[in-house]
Amino acid sequence: MNSAEKVHPPGNGGFWNDTGKTGITAWIFSTDHKRIGLLYFYSVLTFFLIAVVLGVLLRIELMAPGRTIMGPQTYNAVFTVHGVLMVFLFIIPGFQGSFGNLVMPIQIGARDVAFPRLNLFSWWLYMAGAAVIITSLFTGGGPPDTGWTFYVPFSERTGTNVSLAVFGVFIVGFSSIITGLNFVTTIHRLRAEGMTWGKLPLFVWSLYATAWVQILATPILGITLALIIAERFLGTGLFDPARGGDPLMYQHLFWIYSHPAVYIMILPGMGVISEIIPAFARKPIFGYKMIAFSSIAIAAAGSLVWGHHMFTSGMSDTAILVFSFLTFVVAIPSAIKVFNWVSTLYRGSISLEAPMLFALAFILLFSIGGLTGLILGAAATDIHVHDTQFVVGHFHYVIFGGAVFAFFGAMHYWLPKFYGRRYAEKPAVVAWVLMFVGFNITYFTMMVLGMKGMPRRYYDYLPEFAPLNLVSTIGSWILVSGLILMLVNLFRGLFKGEPIDRNPWGAATLEWTIPTPPPTENFEEEPVVTHGPYDFKKAGIT
Amino acid sequence: MSGGLHKDNAGAKLGMWLFLFTELLLFGGLFLLYAAYLARYPREFGAAGREMHLGFGTLNTVILITSSLLVAMAVTAIQRGARRMVLLLLGGTVLCAATFLFNKYLEWSAEIGNGIYPGSSRLTAGPPGESVFYSLYYLTVGLHGLHVLIGATLLTFVAVRVQRGTIHAGDYVLLENGALYWHLVDLIWIFIFPLYYLIL
Repeated sequence: MNSAEKVHPPGNGGFWNDTGKTGITAWIFSTDHKRIGLLYFYSVLTFFLIAVVLGVLLRIELMAPGRTIMGPQTYNAVFTVHGVLMVFLFIIPGFQGSFGNLVMPIQIGARDVAFPRLNLFSWWLYMAGAAVIITSLFTGGGPPDTGWTFYVPFSERTGTNVSLAVFGVFIVGFSSIITGLNFVTTIHRLRAEGMTWGKLPLFVWSLYATAWVQILATPILGITLALIIAERFLGTGLFDPARGGDPLMYQHLFWIYSHPAVYIMILPGMGVISEIIPAFARKPIFGYKMIAFSSIAIAAAGSLVWGHHMFTSGMSDTAILVFSFLTFVVAIPSAIKVFNWVSTLYRGSISLEAPMLFALAFILLFSIGGLTGLILGAAATDIHVHDTQFVVGHFHYVIFGGAVFAFFGAMHYWLPKFYGRRYAEKPAVVAWVLMFVGFNITYFTMMVLGMKGMPRRYYDYLPEFAPLNLVSTIGSWILVSGLILMLVNLFRGLFKGEPIDRNPWGAATLEWTIPTPPPTENFEEEPVVTHGPYDFKKAGIT
Repeated sequence: MSGGLHKDNAGAKLGMWLFLFTELLLFGGLFLLYAAYLARYPREFGAAGREMHLGFGTLNTVILITSSLLVAMAVTAIQRGARRMVLLLLGGTVLCAATFLFNKYLEWSAEIGNGIYPGSSRLTAGPPGESVFYSLYYLTVGLHGLHVLIGATLLTFVAVRVQRGTIHAGDYVLLENGALYWHLVDLIWIFIFPLYYLIL
């Protein structure tokens, strides 16, 4: 990071130059939301890349029937750690921690978040939790092999290091709660003059909805994980049928958090798309109020659908009917967003640059992911595809094709603002094409395999599934080659690329009105907001 | 700390309230299990509930409500600038917390002495509903006890700041937040007490 300071002309380094401390302490003890945002960004990116490697290993194992590179126990551990890292260390803290921190205070016209020291503390907690999780892989009985859901009774009986891993996730959850309450307080208290709720950028609306989910759902995860530890160490038997407990109660508690958690993952991504689309279509967003409202609606309705993970676990038919109905209800606000994005594109002056390409990919892939979600949400069809590769394909369409593509879009859209330099356009587009093609080959094939009946979480399979598995594995290689190209191009650009001015994309939100890179205090004087976030005319952008 | 030029007391209290919600939800998971298992084992829950030490429960309820009153009075006292009074009242609150925990220790010792603890031979041999009841009881009350300990530590820290004069009549949001947390600890007990000692 020091090298970045050097390439900026003196006086043009913004928050990079301003610090009393030097070296690493200027970062890990900084309470500046921009520095904390970058700390989070590089932390989550590191765990993402480790988990990508594990994911590729899983695909290589499945390339051919039988043992290819690992045995069943290793396979169980690898898919568990892949899931734990991706879910708890990358995509749940990812958006809020990195782009939420980097951009949100500037977008509402504030100098920082409401509790800057708590903000730093949340990063430290995140790192502490991550350290505990990583330690759990190499100590005790070895990496957990339960799947990222830690289902009982297996998680109570397995000899692997489940307790420590679960404790690490517990700490990360606490960090998530702190970020959530910090953001809600910030958005309520620190909006600049004139920044009414109706002028709030849609990214901020999505973070606001996400923060509420973090506050309301994460404590349930906390108590559930604490109960696993109590079960293992104290023998409380609350989930043990032999002693009067019920494993289904664990599943309920786990999904009361973990279903809303997928909205923690996807909602900020939807916010990013709502920023990128108007900027690159040069048109005010269509249906601002409905997009803002649908974020809240998704957060609210999404908290009531957890039972659809348990259709085959043994619930009453009434419960299945209600959860199935509510699951279909969540599809409505999601569809509202998709329709509004597409309507924004209609007759817009669209410029197909990298962030826009990621946004368009998001719309398509998320729609496929969402619609296949309805197949799982309807009880009758769910019983056919439950616990098959179809679920794996669906989930990756929503979270990788949706949230992570949005994350990549955000990296291309916002990171240049904070580095003052940008990536080269052509390699970014090539990388996007590779990832888009590779993604669909990898995961669409999984959905087909699931339809044919291939179960998930097995290192071996019947010979008839071999051809499609090979296709899927080759797809994963294309996907990863695109990912590598994207990262090389992006970071090369951020450190050595062409300098950019304040507003390279011609967007109308507040972060583009301040110097590039932003100064430490963000605004020289507190801004007074007079026009909406997508009002290009009043912002003087043509 | 950039941007922290002015102190936003309303913001600090909003943050605290949000945190209190998360604490309620943390206990909510245990209350949810209580509801589900009570519906499944009403008879065993009833039998086990009648064995609870009502005296200890009642005494601890009185102690916690008194401590809540004391901490509320401390907030009023700081508004009037009566520092000695604040310290006295906070001291009284922490004393109540210690007495509560001591009672809890006596109560648990008696129960463990009677062979009532998770995985004990008495509970393993008894009906499954009874074992579930006591496991939930120990977890819920134990988690609450942990919160009593955290709350008392927090209030001690606040008292030190009052003593040093960094919390005063002009700026006492930390004391208010500490008091809010203590009321939460009290409130959760107000739910635990009837659920485990009274209604069964």
